[in-house]
Amino acid sequence: MKINSELCSGCGACAAACPFGALVIKGNKAEKTDACTDCGACASACSFEAIQAGSGSDNGGDAHDLNSYKGVWVYLELKDRQLRGVALELLAQGRKLADEMGQELAGVLLGDNVADLANEVFANGADRLYLVEDPCYGRYDADQYTAAMTELINTYRPAVILLGATHNGRDLAPRVAARIKTGLTADCTGLSIDTETGLVAWTRPAFGGNIMATILCPNHRPQMGTVRPRVFKRAEPDCGRTGTIVRAKTKATTSRVKWIKSIKSLKESVNLEDAEIIVAGGRGMGKPESFALVSELAELLGGAVGASRAVVDAGWMPADHQVGQTGKTVAPRVYIACGISGAIQHLAGMQGSDVIVAINRDASAPIFTVAHYGIVGDVNEVLPALINEIRCATA
Amino acid sequence: MDFKLTAEQEMLRKTVQEFAAKEVAPTAAQRDEDEQFSRDIYNKVGALGLTGIPFPEEYGGAGWDNLTYIIAVEELSRACASTGITFSASISLAAWPILAYGTPEQKKQFLTPLADGSKLGAFGLTESGAGTDAAAQQTIATADGDNYILNGVKTFITNGGEAEIYVIMAMTDRSKGTRGISAFIVEKDTPGFTFGAVERKMGIRASATQELIFRDCRIPKTNLLGREGDGFKIAMATLDGGRIGVAAQALGIAQRALDEAVKYAKERRQFGKPISSFQGISFMLADMATQVEAARLLTYRAAYQKDQGQPYSKEAAMAKMFASDAAMQVTTNAVQVFGGYGYSREYPVERLMRDAKITQIYEGTNQVQQMVVSAAILR
Amino acid sequence: MKIVVCVKQVPDTTEVKIDPKTNTLMRQGVPSIVNPHDKHALEMALSLRDQLGGSVTVLSMGPMQSQEALRECLAMGADHAVLLSDRAFGGADTLATSYTLAAGIRKIGEFDLIICGKQAIDGDTAQVGPEMAEHLGIPHITYASQVEAGADGAPVRVHRDGEEGTEILEVKLPVLLTVTHYGDGPRLPVVKGIRRAFRAEVDVWSVNDVEVDRNVLGLKGSPTQVRRIFSPDKRCGCEMIPGDACAAASVVATKLRELRIIGVGS
Repeated sequence: MKINSELCSGCGACAAACPFGALVIKGNKAEKTDACTDCGACASACSFEAIQAGSGSDNGGDAHDLNSYKGVWVYLELKDRQLRGVALELLAQGRKLADEMGQELAGVLLGDNVADLANEVFANGADRLYLVEDPCYGRYDADQYTAAMTELINTYRPAVILLGATHNGRDLAPRVAARIKTGLTADCTGLSIDTETGLVAWTRPAFGGNIMATILCPNHRPQMGTVRPRVFKRAEPDCGRTGTIVRAKTKATTSRVKWIKSIKSLKESVNLEDAEIIVAGGRGMGKPESFALVSELAELLGGAVGASRAVVDAGWMPADHQVGQTGKTVAPRVYIACGISGAIQHLAGMQGSDVIVAINRDASAPIFTVAHYGIVGDVNEVLPALINEIRCATA
Repeated sequence: MDFKLTAEQEMLRKTVQEFAAKEVAPTAAQRDEDEQFSRDIYNKVGALGLTGIPFPEEYGGAGWDNLTYIIAVEELSRACASTGITFSASISLAAWPILAYGTPEQKKQFLTPLADGSKLGAFGLTESGAGTDAAAQQTIATADGDNYILNGVKTFITNGGEAEIYVIMAMTDRSKGTRGISAFIVEKDTPGFTFGAVERKMGIRASATQELIFRDCRIPKTNLLGREGDGFKIAMATLDGGRIGVAAQALGIAQRALDEAVKYAKERRQFGKPISSFQGISFMLADMATQVEAARLLTYRAAYQKDQGQPYSKEAAMAKMFASDAAMQVTTNAVQVFGGYGYSREYPVERLMRDAKITQIYEGTNQVQQMVVSAAILR
Repeated sequence: MKIVVCVKQVPDTTEVKIDPKTNTLMRQGVPSIVNPHDKHALEMALSLRDQLGGSVTVLSMGPMQSQEALRECLAMGADHAVLLSDRAFGGADTLATSYTLAAGIRKIGEFDLIICGKQAIDGDTAQVGPEMAEHLGIPHITYASQVEAGADGAPVRVHRDGEEGTEILEVKLPVLLTVTHYGDGPRLPVVKGIRRAFRAEVDVWSVNDVEVDRNVLGLKGSPTQVRRIFSPDKRCGCEMIPGDACAAASVVATKLRELRIIGVGS
């Protein structure tokens, strides 16, 4: 980021816009401090074109080398030998990117005896499947998966790799990116092709969801990113589609980490991501006991119980109920927010819901900026009334 | 002139805030309701090291200062005024006189456990007939060989019954008036030392307040604090410091009432608007905030004087008087802002109002403070 | 056990609000804090040290102001603190950051365990930990919730929280762990810890103090570049439902019925 002090009027718009407090106005001119991360927020805020965004990043390979990387890959994560939802979502979105780039879409599948999934991969949009089958890939392991992915990337040179921002996806992707020494964008919520450069434009929330950033990886390949589950919709599978299976062999590696055993969660898992209906409570519930109302309504509607970070931090609800930037991203058909003021990091996790109903005492609460229906009132009065209404309606 | 606390003091404040939010505040209303003193909380206050703040490291302290200690009293009181006074009474009224007047042996034996928080302290001056007129002591201490024998009754003693170490005033020579009063260290479970009625109070109901009864209670002469006849001087000096603690307690209560009132005024809607948008409320909040800030400045100033080794009797009296009056007004107005809900025990402000009242009374009524201040300026 | 904990000073994003009129970030008065997940990492490290002996060094990269965060870690009980601070490190993405931190760790010297918070609440990438492990050529385990350490030099058992449950993994030291949440949460600094922290030195290392290839540092060494920053979309047109609790509840029930969330009744 460069400031042209001749154009700078010292108006301070940049300092106000800086998310990191990294700009100061000295002697009527803007100056950047060490806190600057070159995010470019100031440049968009400047009315005098005195700030030149970005940077002098000029490292990386030459154009010819970069162009030799082709195709979009989707890392196909498995759960109980089935494709995870996010893998299908990424195939759908990857298809769009590949079409825009005029290149192929390929799935990458590591596993033990999983070839039967190939048809599903093709039906969901892939042209090609890189299939690596070996008993050693029967369970996710960072060392072995990294070695295999790296080998595949070096052999087949994809331009783009998409991974789900799941626990394992976020474990694998950075390890691979660091080994290849390429750029990785985490937890994306938007993917498109930048018309100017033809690069993937990775859009993600940052700063607790308070701002969105669009990120490019201009000089390194492949361009890598992890993508939040439930952000993209999966496509309608086309069972008539076919593709090419590339059976790849990878060098045997041993892992430095030894798996001993897995313990399934004993408690009933809170499956917020798949819930059709979520009733979520926040600090405005007043006290932990009031959460019984939230649970009661959720049960009545056959939905799941969500919670804001504030109440999880306060210990009213366990962390696996948390919706938001640091919790889960959800997109149910109906989201009922009870006593949630709508801190931006909460909104980041639920604004994709089809219908949002918000109940809050404070009419100026940000939750109403994303809600479809709003009630200004005390949740402890509205919820019993609503429960009663629904009881009567379904009786 | 510098009004800024050090980064170190700011970290201490933040730590006490986090501690209080987690360990003290959640049970405050219930403990008030049940009139339940919690030793568990005091043990945690000790484990955090707050009890050692103003004491030298050789006696288990942190070698810090009074201002920092006062910040701890303020922040604890903001969560629970009962916890604030339990802490302040032990540190200002029991541990401090031992630090100031004790022999090295007495400090080692009695100050160390008070400073590390393993023991709780209390201070016994007040009697049923000796309140503001502290010289009218009826408790007597009679020398007998290597011992003193105590007889008498102390009333309204904060931490009474719960404390292990008591600093007790008693007459050793009635003929000398105030110069006949001496100070003693008495341990709980000393034969002849028992506890009487538990006080049923309006506020600070989660603090222990109990009568102390001495019946032929024999203590070793080594437990005399200072010399014979020093008692009144020790008591007055101790109360000078204690008053800064009470001022800080009042400040904490007032700050909390202000916090609650501001939050509520922004949330509560009438006539389609938050009530904070009405001047009747917003101006009241402005006055409350100003009173809190003025109380804070006087209180910190008094603690600062003490840390500088400057006289602080007048400053402590002013701080205590002003901060307690501020607490009373601010809490009363907070109840007003809350309206009907303010009067309900569902909300915290009625407790704050009940808690505030005592700060105008104990460790010298505000009328005593006026006597102290007027005496100082008319000298 | 020699443990290095990596921490980041971050703005308290829970305190950030968006100005509803200008739709810009209001960051005035937003305090800087130690990244909450990093505090859990530190708690894990301190518990291990208290149990097994050894030392805990906290390492951060950032502007000089980050010393405050390290000071807090010292107050909680860390033995040493190191800050990597240089303009040359600025503007780094996760790859360049992890590279720089790895260089700092090499300079610290011998270590058995590196513990990081799962992610920083300002960037939320969760990438620096695994990338750092790769730079250092050691294994990593993310989402660790528990460590069972054996005798000196013996492998440790790590509980890793997955989406479907917990994996128990065994790994030889050195290893890098990332932590979401540990035990009952981070300890508070005790008073004597605060006193000690403000009398301790925070070592500040510049680019000249660490062995690095300057071409892969900071902004210049970052493969990813921020193209633009913007405020999240705001939906407008929330339909406010008037009336008292019962009236409003009745309207909502009707809406739910229209959406076929609840039945039409009998």
